[in-house]
Amino acid sequence: MSEQMTAKVDVDLAQPSILSRRNPLRYVMLLAGLAVLVMLPYWIYPPVAMDILCWGLFAISVDLLLGFTGLLSFGHAAFWGGSAYCTGLIATHWGVPFPVAVIGGAVFAMLIAWPIGYLSVRRTGIYFAMVTLAFAQMLYFIANQARDLTGGENGLQGIPRNFFGIEAVETDPFYFYYVGAAMILVGILVAWRVVNSPFGRVLTAVRDNPARARALGYDVERYKITVFIISAGLAGLAGGVFAVSHQFASLQELMWTTSGKVVLITVLGGIGTLWGGLVGAGVVVTLEDYLASSGFEGIGLITGTIFVVIVLLFRHGIWGTARNVLRRYVLERRGRQRD
Amino acid sequence: MSEFIQYTLQGLAAGGFYALSALGLAVIFGVLGVVNFSHGACYMLGAVLSAVLLAELNVGFWAALVIVPILMFGFGVLMERLLVRWLLELDPLYNFLLTFGLTLVIVEAVKQRYGVSGLPYQVPAGLGGQVSVGSVNLSVYAIFACLFSVVVCVAVGLLLTKTRIGMIVRAATEAPDRTRALGINVGLWVTPVFGFGIALAGLAGVLAAPTRAITAEMGSNFIIILFAVVVIGGLGSILGAVVAGFLVGLVEAYGIAYAPTYAQIVIFVLMAIVVLVRPSGLFGREEVA
Repeated sequence: MSEQMTAKVDVDLAQPSILSRRNPLRYVMLLAGLAVLVMLPYWIYPPVAMDILCWGLFAISVDLLLGFTGLLSFGHAAFWGGSAYCTGLIATHWGVPFPVAVIGGAVFAMLIAWPIGYLSVRRTGIYFAMVTLAFAQMLYFIANQARDLTGGENGLQGIPRNFFGIEAVETDPFYFYYVGAAMILVGILVAWRVVNSPFGRVLTAVRDNPARARALGYDVERYKITVFIISAGLAGLAGGVFAVSHQFASLQELMWTTSGKVVLITVLGGIGTLWGGLVGAGVVVTLEDYLASSGFEGIGLITGTIFVVIVLLFRHGIWGTARNVLRRYVLERRGRQRD
Repeated sequence: MSEFIQYTLQGLAAGGFYALSALGLAVIFGVLGVVNFSHGACYMLGAVLSAVLLAELNVGFWAALVIVPILMFGFGVLMERLLVRWLLELDPLYNFLLTFGLTLVIVEAVKQRYGVSGLPYQVPAGLGGQVSVGSVNLSVYAIFACLFSVVVCVAVGLLLTKTRIGMIVRAATEAPDRTRALGINVGLWVTPVFGFGIALAGLAGVLAAPTRAITAEMGSNFIIILFAVVVIGGLGSILGAVVAGFLVGLVEAYGIAYAPTYAQIVIFVLMAIVVLVRPSGLFGREEVA
């Protein structure tokens, strides 16, 4: 295949991180990112801002697999939705502060990711996508059958939002956003750390040349399962915060359309860019919010068309394209200085 | 015992829909290397088209059985020419994503045009009612659907193994470069093969129309089961697709009859076992890692 899912430019350009020492603007970009994070609920309706961050981390978890390990999971709704239900159940029945419930949900997501990952990594490429998709749908059917636990088609309603008795966070979405955002930020940092670690380097090697990685003595399957479980944990963290934010978990969260939506966000943001997921989530969530509030019903027409257009014409995604343009500019300037 | 035979027949009829569609999926994958996510949507389009033809043009079931696959063939040709073609050189995952996006568009468009409630479709005259074999009452339409899909599967199998067209298609599947070297224009075959695969999904849709609620969403579960079918059968294998299609149909029917709570889950457990024991599928060749 002449072009792989991940855009391999040359080694100098393939640095995944904007925080690497080679980026002269790294502190500026970091500060700008944090400023956006803090200001977001001032600019847009806080629950929508929370949605953006949740979907953003969800997309980052998918990118960890797709962009950095070369595995397209089309079943990540299992971890997002599984955690949403588990978080909701823990919060409802035990009345613990919601961050504890969310962590419980994320752990649950990692627990179910272990067998699914174990089976799925036996296949690669398109087969991996189909197998993960099918297992996620299995979980959907289980949740649909276990009505006593999950509420079936009605979903899990009225998930409490306990937070150490601090009423502002418990009732006001504006203050809740900051607690939720802090949790999402932890997830993003974990993803960033994984990518920029020796472990992450091995993942990239597995992506680019699995046979060679194996020849060098790395247990390829074990690396794949491990990153699959980490990714599921991050998706679970995002799904848990999402469920607490909406105080609701439904079958929709487990549906394959959710898996598809998060892949759309990842591709739109840019595969293998990590941060692109947040940008993609910003675009998709605000667009859907705008369409829904303007009474437009055929959202699928729009998201489907966007999907087709990006895949055909815009495969580097928003972040990827911006990064390439910026780098070309920087390299040209450096070249001129040398002359 | 009589109940068991009825369930078996229902399973084989449903399996026929899976087998026909999976066959289309396998043929497309074989020649183009594309996994068509919109296959479920094409199955749905086949059913919706036959209902619309009946309601608006008064075209009956028998005519639809011929017209709809031809229309779907045209749809497949357009899809390949306008969209899929541009991504064939890239990682196959891109076409998987492209056809996923297309699925959203097709399903939403049908939903907007025909609503979410089902379209009506009667069992065609002459195939209604039941027939008694000994003490067992069997639905005539289920027998017909089952036999018809077996006949089509065998016909496609013969086409692929006994004719010159089939020989070219198989050669293009196994070794495209060598086939080209022998003077055959492989690119020429890509479009009709894609259309043919889509037409098979459409045909399954027509056959399913009298037995299912015809809605925009009828393909959304179907495609997931279809993926389980091809994983069980082995994606590269034509025979695997057909055998696994009928097998999954049977498992589903027995599940619904004897353990309704677990009916949907059993198929995925079956898939898990196959992935565990034989990752390349029952009839698949070993994957080169």
